[in-house]
Amino acid sequence: MAGSDKGRIRPGELEEIAAAYAAASGAVARRVVVCGGTGCIANGSTRVFEKLRADLEAVGEKVVVELDVHDCSGASAHLSKSGCQGFCQVGPLVTIEPDGILYTHVKEADVDEIVEATFGRGEVVERLLYRDPVSGEAKRGKRDIDFYARQERRVMHDCGAIDPEDLNEYIARGGYRAARTAIFDMDPAGICALVKDSGLRGRGGAGFPTGRKWELALRQASPEKYIICNGDEGDPGAFMDRSVLEGNPHAVIEGMLIGARATGATIGYVYVRAEYPLAVERVRKAVAAAEAAGFLGRDVMGSGLDFELRVMEGAGAFVCGEASAMVSSIMGNRGMPRPKPPRTAEKGLWGMPTVVNNVETLAQVAFIVEKGAAEYRRLGTAGSAGTKTYALTGHVANTGLIEVPFGATLRHVVFDIGGGILDRDGKPDNGAFKAVQIGGPSGGCLTAEHLDVPMDFDSLGEIGAMVGSGGLVVMNDSTCMVQMARFFMQFTQRESCGKCVPCREGTQQILALLDDIIAGNGSLETLDLLEELCENVAASSLCGLGASAPAPVLSMLRQFRAEYEAHVVDKRCPTGQCAALSPLRIDPALCKGCTACARKCPVGAIVGAPKQAHSIDPEKCIKCGACIAACKFDAIKKGAA
Amino acid sequence: MSGFVTIDGIKVPIEGEPNLLALCRKANIDIPTFCYHSELSTYGACRLCLVEINGKDIDASCVVPPKDGMSIRTNTARIRSMRRMNLELLLANHKQDCPTCDRSASCKLRDLSAKMGIRDVRFKRLRDDRPKDDGSVALVRDPNKCILCGDCVRYCSEIQGVGAIDFAFRGSDVVVSPAFGKSLGSVDCVNCGQCAAVCPTGAIVPRSPAESVWKALDDPDAIVVAQVAPAVRVAIGERFGLPAGADATGKLATALRMLGFDRVYDTAFGADLTVLEEAGELLGRLERGERLPLFTSCCPAWVKYAEQFYPELLPNLSSCMSPQAMMGSIIRDDEARRAAAPAALPSSAASGALGAGAEAARARGGVAKRVVVVSIMPCVAKKYEVSRPELSRDGGPLVDYALTTAEFASMLEEAGIRFADLRPGAMDLPFGFATGAGVAFGNAGGVAEAVARYVGSPMSPLTGAALEFADEAPGGGIRSATLSAGGRELTVVSVQGLANAKAVARGVLDGTRKADIVEVMACPGGCVGGAGQPIGFKPGAVAERRLGLADADGGRELRASGANPFLSRFYADVIGGAPGSRRARELLHTRYSSKKRIQDTSIPLVRGGAAEKVSVKVCVGTSCFLRGSQAVLRDVLAEVERSGLQDLVDVSATFCSERCDKGPTVHVGGKTIHKADAAAVMAAIRPLLASTAVAEAAVSFS
Repeated sequence: MAGSDKGRIRPGELEEIAAAYAAASGAVARRVVVCGGTGCIANGSTRVFEKLRADLEAVGEKVVVELDVHDCSGASAHLSKSGCQGFCQVGPLVTIEPDGILYTHVKEADVDEIVEATFGRGEVVERLLYRDPVSGEAKRGKRDIDFYARQERRVMHDCGAIDPEDLNEYIARGGYRAARTAIFDMDPAGICALVKDSGLRGRGGAGFPTGRKWELALRQASPEKYIICNGDEGDPGAFMDRSVLEGNPHAVIEGMLIGARATGATIGYVYVRAEYPLAVERVRKAVAAAEAAGFLGRDVMGSGLDFELRVMEGAGAFVCGEASAMVSSIMGNRGMPRPKPPRTAEKGLWGMPTVVNNVETLAQVAFIVEKGAAEYRRLGTAGSAGTKTYALTGHVANTGLIEVPFGATLRHVVFDIGGGILDRDGKPDNGAFKAVQIGGPSGGCLTAEHLDVPMDFDSLGEIGAMVGSGGLVVMNDSTCMVQMARFFMQFTQRESCGKCVPCREGTQQILALLDDIIAGNGSLETLDLLEELCENVAASSLCGLGASAPAPVLSMLRQFRAEYEAHVVDKRCPTGQCAALSPLRIDPALCKGCTACARKCPVGAIVGAPKQAHSIDPEKCIKCGACIAACKFDAIKKGAA
Repeated sequence: MSGFVTIDGIKVPIEGEPNLLALCRKANIDIPTFCYHSELSTYGACRLCLVEINGKDIDASCVVPPKDGMSIRTNTARIRSMRRMNLELLLANHKQDCPTCDRSASCKLRDLSAKMGIRDVRFKRLRDDRPKDDGSVALVRDPNKCILCGDCVRYCSEIQGVGAIDFAFRGSDVVVSPAFGKSLGSVDCVNCGQCAAVCPTGAIVPRSPAESVWKALDDPDAIVVAQVAPAVRVAIGERFGLPAGADATGKLATALRMLGFDRVYDTAFGADLTVLEEAGELLGRLERGERLPLFTSCCPAWVKYAEQFYPELLPNLSSCMSPQAMMGSIIRDDEARRAAAPAALPSSAASGALGAGAEAARARGGVAKRVVVVSIMPCVAKKYEVSRPELSRDGGPLVDYALTTAEFASMLEEAGIRFADLRPGAMDLPFGFATGAGVAFGNAGGVAEAVARYVGSPMSPLTGAALEFADEAPGGGIRSATLSAGGRELTVVSVQGLANAKAVARGVLDGTRKADIVEVMACPGGCVGGAGQPIGFKPGAVAERRLGLADADGGRELRASGANPFLSRFYADVIGGAPGSRRARELLHTRYSSKKRIQDTSIPLVRGGAAEKVSVKVCVGTSCFLRGSQAVLRDVLAEVERSGLQDLVDVSATFCSERCDKGPTVHVGGKTIHKADAAAVMAAIRPLLASTAVAEAAVSFS
C-alpha cells in the first residue's frame, strides 16, 4: 500500500482547508445548485444540470463543478448538484446565490431563459418562481417561502446546500472538527455523558436516549464492537434518512466515527436499503473520500485508533429496520428479529456488542460535540431535545421534507409550513381538515382536537400516537378512515417477517376484517373482534413491527368510531370511497331526463323515459361512476339519500 | 442468578434455570408452547408462553431470564385470552383434517386447543392450499398443516448441522421449505426425520409403508419375515400405556405372529454380526495402520451425511452393511436355502445363490413364494436406506419395507391387538437370538461398546462394560473412552447428532482429533431417540428407553457378540469362513459414493504440455465470484503468461468448493488457499516449480 499516506489530511489541516475553500468560493461570482435528490433527478434535474453547464460555458462563463481550493482563478460560476432540498413537489429545483433565487419546476427548456435573464441581465425569471398556494403571489427565494422560512433546519441545514460529493465543502462547513475533538480531547465516557446531557433520543421511532445506548455498549467488555447506521428506511412515504444520506453523507460518517470512539467500536456498517441507489452511491463515495483523507480505516487522523466503515445494501425488507433483524441480515442470514434480551448492544453482530443508531440521530452528533449540550437543547422540549424531520404529504398545499423543533404543533406544520389543507378538488380549504397520520404504518392518527398538542416523544405517546420515523400524512374530509387503516395494514401485513404468530396471522386477519367492513360484510361484532385482535397483536408480538402494526387501525377505529359504525350498521361509507357501500342515486329534483347517463352506463343499470327523472337499479349498478362524469347537472350522488 | 421468583403467589427458588418458562415448569405449571425446546435455541415465536411480569409487562416466558424479586402471573384473564386468540389465529389457517391426520393422536395443536378451551374459531381460513411435498422416500411434508414454529428448521440446522429446510418468503406467505422450493428428496436431507419428531402437528410425517405391508401379509404366496431393531422393544409400549423403557421383546414376537408374519427375527442378531465384521475390519486397519479412525456405518443418516459433506472420509467408514441390511441379506439367503430344501434346516443346505432356491422349488412343481422382508425400526432414515441401490440384490431391495415403531404400533391398533396384555413369545431361531452387545446397539455408545467387548475379548461372554465414556461437551454429544486391546491403547469416540459429527470429522481431517474408532449416531440418545419412535407429550422418554435398553443388555448372560452360538454356526455353515472372508464380504459389506452436490467439474483454461505440471484451480462459484475470484483468475492467467509458465501449469476454473465463507478459494497442487489473491497463488505455485529450468526463469517474477 505504498503511497497510501498521500491525500491524508492532518487533523490540524481542517481549518486551513476551510479557509482555502471559503476564499476560493468567495472568488467565484455565482453558486448555482441544482437539486440532485432522487425526486428532482426523477423529474429531469440531471439534464437541467448538464444544459446549465453547457449554456453557461457557451455564454462565456467559466464554470467549475468541483471547487479546487488551491486554484479557482478565473472561475465565474460554481455549479453543483446537491442532495434533496426537501421541496420535491415543485422540483426540479435550482438555487442561485448570492441572488437568493429559487427556481421551481425547472425543465431543460427553461435553462436558456435562466442563463439569459439571470446571468445575462441579473433579472429573475418570474414564471419559474414558487407561488403562494392561497394568494398566488410569486416568491423570490427560500427566505420568502413559508415552507422553508418557518422551518428550523438543523439536521438538514447543509442538505441541499452543499455538494455531498465534495469532502472539502463539508470540511469548509466545519466538518470533522467534532470527530477530531472526540478523538483527541475527549474520552469515551465523556462523549457518552455529553450525548446523554444533550438529551438526544433515537430518531428511528422508539426515542431511546442515544447516550445511554452508547454507555451500555461502552460498558461491555469485548474484543470487538460494532456500530451500525440504520438507513433501512422503509415506511411508505418516508424519506428523511434517504435525504440525509444523499445530501450530507459525511455528517452521518462523522457521527459514526464519534459513536465508534464513544463505544469502542472498530468496525461500522452503514446499512442502506438497496432501493436507495443514489444514497448508496453517495455514501460509498463519501466513505472512500473519508478513508483517503485518513478519517476512516487504520490509524484514524493519526490517533492510533482504527475504524473501518463498510456499506451494506439491504434487500428491501421493512423488518430489517429492527435492530436484531438488521444484525441477522448483515451476517448473511434471513432478516428476522430475535427475542430480547439480550439486546443488540450486548449481543449483536457475531455475538459482539453492537450499537444501532438511526441516520438522523447520527447526523446530529457532530453538532452536539462541536456546539455543546446546552446549544443542542436550545431547540426542542425538556424531554425531547432538538429538532425532528418529517416527510409531510397528503392533502396539504406544500408537501416535502421538513424539519421543526420538537414541541412544534401540528397546526404549525400543517398550516404554516404545509400551507393549509386542499379539499377533494385540490382547492385550498382549511375547513376540509380531517386527520393526520403520524409515524406511518406504526403510528397513530391525530385529529382537529390534537392540532395544538406539542409534537414530541412524550406528548404524542400520551395520546396514543408516536413520532415514529416521521411520516406525516394529512387527510381531508374525502378520506375514508377504513380505507386508510387498510392501506397501512396492507403494508405491515406484507412486511411482517412471518416469524411470530400474532404478527403473521393476526395482521392478515386484521386486513381480512377491514376488507369485510369495506365490502359491506361487517357488523358491530366485527368491530369488537377487530379491536380485540388489534390489542392482542400489539401486546403479544415478538418485535416492534408487530407491536406497532395495529396502531393505525386502533387509533382510527377509536377516533372515527362513528365512521366505522356507519360502514357496519348503516352499510354506508360516509366519504363514498368504499364502492360497495356507496350506492349511486339520481336526485330527481336535479335530473332533467337528458338520457346522457343511461347511454354511458356500461351495464344498463339506468332506466327512465326521456325528459323524466331517471333512476339507477342498485342490483345492476357496478358503481363505476361513468354516469357521474356524463351528467351535466350534478344530479348523480354517492351514498344513501 | 440466585434468589426467588414469585410465581402466581408462590416463591420459587432460582436454581440455574435459563428462563422463566423452565422455572414455571419446575413449579409444576405447564406453560403451553410450540416453539420451545430446551435443546434448541430460543425462538420466541409462538407467543403462547406469555406471562405477566411485575404486574405490567407481558412477555414470552421462554426468553426472560429469572431475576431475584421478580413477580409473575401465568394465568390472568388477559393472558388466557391472548393465548386463546393466538391459538385461534393458528387454527384459522391450519388444514383441519384432524380425524385422518397421521398425528391425530399426538398433535400438540389439537391438544393445546382442547386444553385452552377453544370452542370456536372466529377467523376465516385465508391461506391458499399449498402442494404437498411427496418427493422423499422417507418423509412427507404438508405445508397446509405447518404452524411455522420453526422447530424443524432449528433441529435440522442446530442439532444435525444439515439445514435442509428453512423459511422462505415473508408475512403470511412464509413457508418452511427446502431451497428453491425443491422436494426434501432432492436436497441434502439425510432423512433422520427429527423434523417430523419435533413437529407439533402433522406438517412433516414419516412416509408409512403400512399399506404395502398389509398387502404382503394378506398374500398367500408371500413369506413375510419381520426383523425388529433393538430400540423398538423399549419404546413401543409407550403407545399402549406401558412405561417408557419397558422391554417388550416378547410381546413384540407375539404381536408380529398375530399379524401374520411368517418369521420373526431380531435385528440385534445382525448387530452381533456387524460387531464381528467391523471388529475384523478394525483389527486389519490397525495392523496396516490405514484408514483410521474407523467410522461406524450403522446409521443411515450419518452415512448419507458423510457421502454429501465428507466424501474424503468415506474410505474410513466401515464397509459393513447396517444390521438392518445384513439381516435382509442373510434372511434372503436363508429363505433361498429353505426353498431349495424345504424340509431341512437352513444350515444343512449347500451354499448357493438366491435364485437357486426358487428354481429348485419350481423344479419340484411348487409355486416359488416371494420373500418379503419387513423391518420394524426406531428410525426414519432406514426408509431411505432400504431404497439405496447398493443394498439391493437381483434387482430387488434386501429389505422391502421399513416401518417405524410408531407405524407398527398403528398397525397393531388397527388390528385391535391389545399389545400391553399380550403374553410374551420368543423370536424365531437362528436369527432371533442376540447377545447383550447386539441389543446395546440401540443406545448411543452401544456400537462402540459392542465392538470394544469383542476386540477386548473375542470369544468370551464378558459380563462387565468395556468402555467408560467421559463427556467432552455438556450433554454427552461427544464422548470418548480408552480401550486396551492387543497391547494398544485405542481411543473410542461416540458422537450423537450430526452437528457434533461435523466437528469430529473436521478434527479428524485437520489432524486435531486423534481417534481409532468413531461411532456416529445422528439422533441424540442413539436409536432409542430415533424419529420413528412413538411421539408423546411427556419429556424424558428417551432417557427411560436408554435405561431400559441398558437393562436388557445387562440382564443377558451372553453379553459379547463373539459368544453368540448361532453366530458361530452361521459362520461355519453359511459363510464357510471367518469374518471378512469372501462370502462374508459378498453378503455383509457394501460401498459408498460421494454425494457432494457439485462434483469436481472444472473448465480448463491453460493446459501445460510438460510431464509434471502444477494444477491451479480457481473457484468461480457464486460466493467466490462475489469475493473477487474472477479478478484473481484473470491476474493469475496474466501472470502465468507473462512469466512464460504456460507449459508448466494447468489453470482451470472450478465450481463451488463449499467453503464459501472463506472465498475466493484456490487450489494449488494439494494446497488450498482461502481468501486468495493473485500474489498468494503465484507464491504457492513457485516452490512447486522450483526444480525445473523454465521455472528458474520464471522465479524472477516479483
